[in-house]
Amino acid sequence: MTQINHHLSEELLIAYSAGTLPEAFNLVVATHISLCDTCRAALDAQDAVGGALLDESPDAVVGDDAYAKTLALIADQNTTPVQHPRISDGVLPSPLQEYVGGDIDAIRWKSAGLGVQQAILKTSKDAKVRLLRIPAGAAVPDHGHRGTELTLVLQGAFRDEADRFGRGDLEVANEDVEHMPVAEVGEDCICLAATDAPLKFNSLVPRLAQSFLRI
Amino acid sequence: MTASRTPPRGEWVQHLQKIRDHRDQAAFAEVFQHFAPRVKSFLMKSGASDTLAEEAMQEALAAVWQKAHLFDPSRASPATWIFTIARNRKIDALRKQNRPEPEDLPWGPEAEPDQTDVLALAQETRKLAQAMAELPQKQRELIEQAYYGDLSHSEIAAQTGLPLGTIKSRLRLALDRLRHRMK
Ligand SMILES: [Zn+2]
Repeated sequence: MTQINHHLSEELLIAYSAGTLPEAFNLVVATHISLCDTCRAALDAQDAVGGALLDESPDAVVGDDAYAKTLALIADQNTTPVQHPRISDGVLPSPLQEYVGGDIDAIRWKSAGLGVQQAILKTSKDAKVRLLRIPAGAAVPDHGHRGTELTLVLQGAFRDEADRFGRGDLEVANEDVEHMPVAEVGEDCICLAATDAPLKFNSLVPRLAQSFLRI
Repeated sequence: MTASRTPPRGEWVQHLQKIRDHRDQAAFAEVFQHFAPRVKSFLMKSGASDTLAEEAMQEALAAVWQKAHLFDPSRASPATWIFTIARNRKIDALRKQNRPEPEDLPWGPEAEPDQTDVLALAQETRKLAQAMAELPQKQRELIEQAYYGDLSHSEIAAQTGLPLGTIKSRLRLALDRLRHRMK
C-alpha cells in the first residue's frame, strides 16, 4: 500500500456507511478505501454503529409467510455461481474497473481542451463522476466548486499552495475552497473527480486558460 | 420460538459459522427469528413502505444464507454484517442505485481469522453499544437521522460524540495482520 496522507472525512464515512451518498460519491469512497486500510478500518468501525442501531431496532411485524418465502428465495438462488474475489493489481482498483470496463487502457478519453482529457462514468443523476487526465505540469481544471467536489488521485500527483496529493490521496473541496492545483512534472496525473453540483463544461476551457496565465 | 431461545450476542457468530459450514437450517431459523423483524423495522424507518420493507427484508435474510462464507467475525459483528447487507438492499430497493463496494481483501486458503481479533472485536462492539445507549438523547437522534437517511451528507455533523477510536485501531490491527499473513 502506498503512503496516503489525505483521507475520507468523517461526514463521508458516516454517509457511505449509512448508504445515503449519491452513487458518484460512493464510487470515489469505495475506490479510496480499496487503496487505504486506515479508512477501511474507519468504515468498519462506522458500520458497527449501524449494526448497533439495527440490533436495537424495535421489532417490526413480519409476514406470517416471511420465513417460508425467504427459504424459497434461497432455493431459487442456489444456482448462482460463486463470485471470485474482486482484487485488482492494475492502476484502477476493482470498483472503478467495474465502471470503466477494464483498467487504465480501457478508459475512453475525450478531449476537454488544452491537453486535458476526461471520461464521464455513468452513474445515477444526483451527482457526476469522471476521470481526468491532466498533462504533467499543467493546471487541474477547476469548476469553481459549487456543492461538494471529491478528487482522488490514481496516478501521478498534483500540488496546490499547501499540499501534495499523490496516488490514493483524496481532496474534499467545498464551496469555500478557492485553489489552483497543478499536476506534477514527470507523469500525467489521472484523477477520479465527483461533484454534486451540475458541471459547467463550457467554462472549462476559459478557466483553464485563466489558470495558465496565473501560473 | 420463544425469547428464551435467543442466544446472547456473541453466539450469533457461531450461528453464522454453522450456516456457512453445515448449511444449518435450525441456526438460520434462529437468526431469522432475531434479525428479520429488526431488519424490517430498520428499512421502514429508512422510508420503505410495509410491502417494500417486507420484500427487501426477505432478500436481505436470504443473502445472509447465501453470503455466510463472506462473514468475517474479526471485521464485523453479526449485527454489523447483517446491517451492511440490509443497507445495500435499501440502496437497491429504495434508491434504485448501484452501490460500488471497496475491493475485496486478500483471502488465503486458510482464511480462518485470528481468534484474538474476533474476541477483541466482540468486546469493542459491546462497548460501542453501551456508549450509544449512554449518549444524550439529542446526539443519539442525530446518529439515527444520519442512518435513516433524514440527513444529506453535507448536513451530517462529524462530531457524533461516539468513541470510535479504540474499535478503529482494533480493526486496523486485524487488517495489518491479514495483509501480513497473505504476503
Ligand atoms: Zn484513507
